[in-house]
Amino acid sequence: MARIDLQSLGHSYTPNPKSDDYALKPMTHVWEQGGAYALLGPSGCGKTTLLNIISGLLTPSEGRVLFDGKDVTALPTEARNIAQVFQFPVVYDTMTVYENLAFPLRNRGLRGAPLDARVREIAGLLDLTADLNRRGRNLTADAKQKISLGRGLVRPDVAAILFDEPLTVIDPHLKWELRSKLKALHRALDLTMIYVTHDQTEALTFADKVVVMHDGRVVQVGRPQELFERPAHVFVGHFIGSPGMNVLPAEVSGRAARVGGHVIALRRGYPTLDGGAKIEIGVRPEFATLAPAGAGGVPVRVRRLDDLGRTRIARVELSGLPMAATVPEDLTLAGDEASLLLDPAMVHVYADGTLVEGEAA
Amino acid sequence: MDKPVNQGAWLLVLPVLLIVAFSAILPLMTVVNYSVQDTFGNNQFFWNGIGWYQELLDPSTDLGGRFFDALWRNLLFSLLILLIEVPLGIAVALSMPRHGWRVAATLVVLALPLLIPWNVVGTIWQIFAREDIGLLGWAVNRLGIPYNYTADPLSAWVTIVTMDVWHWTSLVALLCYAGLRSIPDAFYQAARIDGASRWAVFRNIQLPKMHRVLLIAVLLRFMDSFMIYTEPFVVTGGGPGNSTTFVSIDLVKLALGQFDLGKAAALSIVYNLIILAVCWVFYTVMTRMDAQRN
Repeated sequence: MARIDLQSLGHSYTPNPKSDDYALKPMTHVWEQGGAYALLGPSGCGKTTLLNIISGLLTPSEGRVLFDGKDVTALPTEARNIAQVFQFPVVYDTMTVYENLAFPLRNRGLRGAPLDARVREIAGLLDLTADLNRRGRNLTADAKQKISLGRGLVRPDVAAILFDEPLTVIDPHLKWELRSKLKALHRALDLTMIYVTHDQTEALTFADKVVVMHDGRVVQVGRPQELFERPAHVFVGHFIGSPGMNVLPAEVSGRAARVGGHVIALRRGYPTLDGGAKIEIGVRPEFATLAPAGAGGVPVRVRRLDDLGRTRIARVELSGLPMAATVPEDLTLAGDEASLLLDPAMVHVYADGTLVEGEAA
Repeated sequence: MDKPVNQGAWLLVLPVLLIVAFSAILPLMTVVNYSVQDTFGNNQFFWNGIGWYQELLDPSTDLGGRFFDALWRNLLFSLLILLIEVPLGIAVALSMPRHGWRVAATLVVLALPLLIPWNVVGTIWQIFAREDIGLLGWAVNRLGIPYNYTADPLSAWVTIVTMDVWHWTSLVALLCYAGLRSIPDAFYQAARIDGASRWAVFRNIQLPKMHRVLLIAVLLRFMDSFMIYTEPFVVTGGGPGNSTTFVSIDLVKLALGQFDLGKAAALSIVYNLIILAVCWVFYTVMTRMDAQRN
């Protein structure tokens, strides 16, 4: 059992940090017991720093980490009921698979029949039973990664498992299999799992909740669908989705946004927006549909059509601003003039990159 | 299958064969030539067959006695310095920093003894350990411990072994450090999460990674100490008495001091064969151990 609380947690590798010096900007966050979380963000955004703080490999320079309300900030990693799986599989070469799995238990003083039973149970869960007597060094990368995971699972005290980009060195066709295995384990065992990745597909398929990080900051926490439909930050809009969200500079007043002389209808009203902030609207290509010229909507110029197999994406220009839009299957265009239909509910307004909540309809 | 035969390929290896012939085989044959003859000067040689070898390998003769005494001293010396330098080198490597500017600083300090010419090392210790004017020798005597390497065989041995440890432990440490550096940080982090003790980390992570370089270190240090000449020659000159006369020192005494060319040549060949044999044994054991582990 572990609910993990991060209270005004921040970390900097330099003393007396200014805002830019933080590898992890001060944040407060709760990881609920039994949740499957993905920590998503580009390389260098502070994901691994955050993970190492939770596991205790790193002591944060400020703030507290609580496990079930108990302050563990100063506790060493071996005293926390947590396991971590690293990017590169860690297997003790000279030991057999069995000894590898037994290692954490032996280190904690377990011996004899209970140890044997536990090791065999976990080996069974991970389909490693046939390999128990093999040496670690000759196994494939995915088997080694399973052993790394197994050494975490084998400990009965473990309440949370942290994954640091665990599938990086795994062959693509095995990634899917291993990820499904992780999902199954998460359902079978009552464990909190936090999965760090920069791959949105991995994050969205693994997690119930995705935590998106950018530049040392958590920018949004939500279900995959929320991240898709209501990105809380333009970064989330860019980073998730392929192609990413269209972001256009705009003037917003009331229920209308003005982009280069064209008016775009909004679902919500925005009475006053701070004059100094940079105002933008964001709409995903999935909610911007191309139609023949004169079909209503805003007029655009089509630059290119990309056939993605299942769908077609048009690269268009709205008053000279590049956008991506969905092309309906039956659409045929004459020339490069077309019009763009936007779903008002899916057009969001951002001030300095952050989502502005409008007034309800 | 028919392969075209082209004897012209020999021309390609000819330069190497010539160089090896002039640099190794011809000098070696000269030594072999001396070792089966006797000479009384004036460039007069007399056939002696395997006489010198028989004498050399029979401990009851004067020559054989000298040879075996020196050989046992050599083996004892090699054993002692291996027993000290290998564990010490590992310990030093383990306590070296893994990140930051300290790495470079430590490496420089460690490499210093290795950069000093061997006879300078000998001279340093010859003066440093003197009981009258040497800082070390004087201080040890002032502490009430009788110490004089020119008169007491035990003191002489302590001096020479200490000198070798000072000179060469760095090599073992640097080799081990290279092995340790190849361990990714994730291994140490995983070990912490697995609750491994310091000993378990050493036994299961560090030692396996150092295994190969350690074998190389042992081989190098054994060969080098078995052939040691310069440093003990400068410090003790083989004395007091014959107590630090190693095979190489004895060989020089025989060849240049007494001008017994035949005996010296026979000794050279046997000495060489021992070293080659030990090398071969080491190599075989190493490769076989590697094969077993895989």
